Amino acid sequence: MLQIQDLSKNFIMHIRSDAEIHGFDHISFTAEAGKLIAITGPSGCGKSSLLKCIYRTYTPTSGDVYYTCADGSVVNLAKAEPWEIIALREKEIGYVSQFFSVIPRVSALDILISTQTARGVEAGKAKERACEYLEKVGIGKNLWDMYPSTFSGGEKQRLNIANALITKPRLLLLDEPTASLDASSKEWVMNMILDLKREGTAMVGVFHDEIAIRTLADWRYEMRERKIVPTDYKMDYAEQVLAEAAGF
Amino acid sequence: MERKKPVMWGRHITVRFGEGCDYCRTHTNLEKGRCPKCHTIWAVRDVDFQVYPGEILGIVGESGSGKSTLLKTLYFDQQATSGEAYLSLYHEGKENFLNVSSQQKRYLRNHMMGMVYQNPMLGLRMKLSSGANIAEKLIAAGGRDAGRMIDRSIELLHHVEIPTERLRDQPRVFSGGMQQRVQISKAIANTPPILLLDEVTTGLDLSVQAKVLDLIRSIQKELGIAMLIVSHDLAVIRMMSDRTMVMLGGRVVEEGLTDQILEDPLHEYTQTLVSSLL
Ligand SMILES: Nc1ncnc2c1ncn2[C@@H]1O[C@H](COP(=O)(O)OP(=O)(O)OP(=O)(O)O)[C@@H](O)[C@H]1O
Ligand SMILES: [Mg+2]
Ligand SMILES: [Zn+2]
Repeated sequence: MLQIQDLSKNFIMHIRSDAEIHGFDHISFTAEAGKLIAITGPSGCGKSSLLKCIYRTYTPTSGDVYYTCADGSVVNLAKAEPWEIIALREKEIGYVSQFFSVIPRVSALDILISTQTARGVEAGKAKERACEYLEKVGIGKNLWDMYPSTFSGGEKQRLNIANALITKPRLLLLDEPTASLDASSKEWVMNMILDLKREGTAMVGVFHDEIAIRTLADWRYEMRERKIVPTDYKMDYAEQVLAEAAGF
Repeated sequence: MERKKPVMWGRHITVRFGEGCDYCRTHTNLEKGRCPKCHTIWAVRDVDFQVYPGEILGIVGESGSGKSTLLKTLYFDQQATSGEAYLSLYHEGKENFLNVSSQQKRYLRNHMMGMVYQNPMLGLRMKLSSGANIAEKLIAAGGRDAGRMIDRSIELLHHVEIPTERLRDQPRVFSGGMQQRVQISKAIANTPPILLLDEVTTGLDLSVQAKVLDLIRSIQKELGIAMLIVSHDLAVIRMMSDRTMVMLGGRVVEEGLTDQILEDPLHEYTQTLVSSLL
């Protein structure tokens, strides 16, 4: 569904006498429907930049990102026009950012409702599902009508996730979705991600958390010195557990 | 993917004050759009743009970069020196509307576009009641039935959260935020497919600004009106627009998704602008 070829990003800071900051170099991999690719690597190695280049918050410096749309057509996200990206973000591609910025002066419930109504879901149905998702991510009823600017970091993050998952995107980009969550909310969020995977969503996620990787990932890639380490290996939790038990 | 057709688009729009000379005709990178030799001002230079249905296109740039001149040109407050502009609902987008007759211009202003100015004095008649300000726009679009026009005015004022009992008050006695609300209701009176907004919150208190911006966003969501929003304030652009054009010296120097403009600005000027925000 997603084929990344030779993707590179560097930043030219014109206001710092054209200093060049390296993001990442020549990254290639593919993501398939119903599978999650976990990207790991040290802080600052370019993981978030990679996701942002796919989502086109960043403009890739070179390389291609071929995405097969629901209608079967293929779009190169690296070079697509902004209107195409906007249409895909509305209908097919979701993104959970590392730092959640909330829409000012809109309640948690209304955020989830308008995300759906903007995509043509009827208002009554949208409200019903919004409530369902708020419950799923464990946001208490007393918070539903509040502005999320007053929420805790973990609450904001859970709302963020509910908002991205409620549209059931075909491709979902996750930037440390479980980082600021406690054990039980982590559990809820991981279950929701697994449900969506089962429905066929392709996912690329940045993770630090080993448990999340083992629970969610089908493939694991490590970014090191701005490149993806070519020896990617398939994750299979059961196998891993057995291997560990056998003292491998 | 199916290609979207814009509601409004422009090509090579140029607005020049002065005759120009050999130097400035061949040098496009003039500081502040001003020719050092003949002192001609290239307020808008060779600007292309598209506005897609239901979207908000932001235009940002420093003072004097040509943002307002571009909007005024589209609304016929200013004559273009050259260039073309089209509306998909006007002759199926096949007729350049910048050079049509003044009767056609009036038609376009009343049916196809709404304008909200920074200065309410430009958009409102301060000595008419707010109801009459709206009715004026309805009459201009062919409205004749007084009863229905009053109903519509009340509906519109209600929409912008102005109490109905203030229908007969003159906007001159209103606060700045309320004046902008009346201006907005007047601009959308005939539900035009596109709304032009020029620095509509500049000069208002922050809390009032937020309310006016919320109102504009809710109108855009409910009515699906496409908008061109001019602001020198990146915070406004960040909150409002899907795509953003950055202007400098009359030219568009960068254009893209608003999140890209803010997080990965590519042009030197955009980088300066964004760094001043953080
Ligand atoms: N009628 C005019 N005659 C001569 N010069 C003009 C005229 N109108 C605008 N200009 C010049 O054109 C340039 C662009 O002006 P414009 O008002 O479009 O800028 P702007 O981007 O809207 O600025 P601001 O942010 O200050 O509102 C400026 O140099 C201005 O002085
Ligand atoms: Mg201006
Ligand atoms: Zn000159």
